[in-house]
Amino acid sequence: MGSLLLISVIKFVAYVSIVLVTVIMLVYAERRVSAFIQNRLGPNRVGPWGLFQALVDVVKLLLKEDIVPKNAYKPVHDLAPIISIAVALSTFAVIPFGNTIELFGTQVKLMIADVNVGILYLLSITSLGVYGVTLAGWSSNNKYSLLGGLRSSAQLISYELSMGLSIIGVLMVCGTLRLDQIVLHQTTYLWGWLPAWNIFLQPVAFFTFFIAAFAETNRLPFDLPEAEPELVGGYHTEYTGLKFGLFFLAEYANMFTAGAVITTLFLGGWHLPYAEYLGLSPTMLSILQVLTFCVKLVLVELFFIVVRWTIPRFRYDQLMNIGWKVMLPLTLANVLVTGAVMLLIQ
Amino acid sequence: MDLYTIAFYLFAVITLVSASIVVFSKNIIYSAFALLFAFFGVAGLYVLLMADFIAVTQLMIYVGGILVLVLFGVMLTTRVINVDMRTGTIQTLPAVLIVAALAGTLVGVFWTTDWRIMPAFPGFEKTAPRIGELLLTSYLLPFEIASVVLLVALVGAAMIARREKKAS
Repeated sequence: MGSLLLISVIKFVAYVSIVLVTVIMLVYAERRVSAFIQNRLGPNRVGPWGLFQALVDVVKLLLKEDIVPKNAYKPVHDLAPIISIAVALSTFAVIPFGNTIELFGTQVKLMIADVNVGILYLLSITSLGVYGVTLAGWSSNNKYSLLGGLRSSAQLISYELSMGLSIIGVLMVCGTLRLDQIVLHQTTYLWGWLPAWNIFLQPVAFFTFFIAAFAETNRLPFDLPEAEPELVGGYHTEYTGLKFGLFFLAEYANMFTAGAVITTLFLGGWHLPYAEYLGLSPTMLSILQVLTFCVKLVLVELFFIVVRWTIPRFRYDQLMNIGWKVMLPLTLANVLVTGAVMLLIQ
Repeated sequence: MDLYTIAFYLFAVITLVSASIVVFSKNIIYSAFALLFAFFGVAGLYVLLMADFIAVTQLMIYVGGILVLVLFGVMLTTRVINVDMRTGTIQTLPAVLIVAALAGTLVGVFWTTDWRIMPAFPGFEKTAPRIGELLLTSYLLPFEIASVVLLVALVGAAMIARREKKAS
C-alpha cells in the first residue's frame, strides 16, 4: 500500500511538471515556427536560441496587475480561469504514455488513472471546458467578451458531437473503452507487416477527429471565439496578469492533451513498430516506448502549429455548416460502414 | 468510520446542500451554479455505487450538456442578476400528492434494490458492455420510447423557435 501511494505521488508530480514545462515550450515552439513561416526571426535573444523567452513571459504574467472590471461579476470572474486550467490538466490523467515499467519491484502502468471507461472520462471532462469560456465571457459584463464566450460555447458543443461520434468507430474496432487496451490493440500487425494503427483502420475517423480537435482547442482555422478584428480579444478580453496566463496555459495544455489523445487513439500510442524484435531488456523497451510516444506527440503538435500559421479563419456560418452538415454525416456514415464491414468479416 | 463512509457522506452533503440552494435561492445565478454541484455530487455517489459508466455519463450529459443550456438561458435573459425570484408556495394539494407519489416510489426502489457497495465487491467490474447489451435486448422498448420522447421534444422546440413565414 505504501509503495503504491508513493508511486502515485511520483507519477502525479512528474506528470504535472512535465505538462507545465512542455506547455511553456509549446509556446516557444509556436513563436519560432510562426516566425519561420512568416520569414522572421522570432524570439532569439533570451538564453540560447531564445529558449528562456517563454519562462520570462511567465514571470511577466505573474508580476502584472490583476484588473477586474467594475461591473464584472467578481466570484465567477475569478472562478472561470480556474475551471479552464483544471479541466485542461485533468484530461491527461487517463492517457497511457508507455506500457508498463518495473519500479520498486512492482509492474507500474505508465498512466495516472487506469479507468474502465477511460475514453468516456476524457469526453466528459473535455465537455466541462465550455464552462470556463462561457462563464469568463459572461461574468466580464462586456459585449465582446459575451459574444466571444457564446461563439466559443456553440463551437465547442457542435464539435464535441463529431468528436464523440468519430471515436465510436475506433471503439467498435478495438471493442473496449480502456485507453491502454486500445493502444494494445494497435500493437498487432495487419498482413504481418503493417502496424494495426487506427489511422490505417479508421482513416475517416482520424480525419474528422483531427478537425474536431482543432475546433475543440480553439485554434485556427477555428479560432473564432477570439477573432481579434471583430471581437477584440474574445472571452478573455477583460482578463489580465495571472488570470489571463491561466487561460493561455489552458489553451496550450488543451492542445497538448489533444495531441496525446490523437496519438493514443490513432497513431498507436507508445507502440514503436518492430521494436519487440530488437531483443532489448524490458526496462530499455519501456523507455524506448515512452520516447516513441513523445516523438509522435511532438510531431502532432508541430502539425497543429504549422496548420495554425497556414490556413485562414472560417466565417462563423461556415464553421457551423462544416460542423453540422459535413462532419456529423461523415462520422455517422463512418460508424455505419465500420459496422457493416465488421459484420461482413465475421 | 472508514474512507468509504466519509466519501459517501461528503458527496451526500454536497448533493443535498446544493440541491436545497437550487430550490430556495432567490438569485437564479446561484441556483444554476448550485445545480452544477448537485450533479457533481450525484456523479460521485454513482462512483461509490460501482457504476462508473453511469457516473461518467451523468457528467457528460447533465453537466456538459443540459446545464450548459440552462446557463445559456439564464445568461441571455437580461437583468437577471438582481431580480428576486419568487419562491413562494402555490397549489399545495397537487404538489403534496405528486411529491408523496414520487417519494413513495423512490423509497420503494430504495428498499427493494440490492445495492452493490464498494466494501462488499472490491474492484470495478466492466459495466458498459452489460448496460449496452441489456439496452438492446431486455430494455429495448423503454430505450426506444425514451428516444421517441426526446425526438418529440426536439420537434416541439423547432416548432416554437421558427414560426412559419406567412405566404404573401
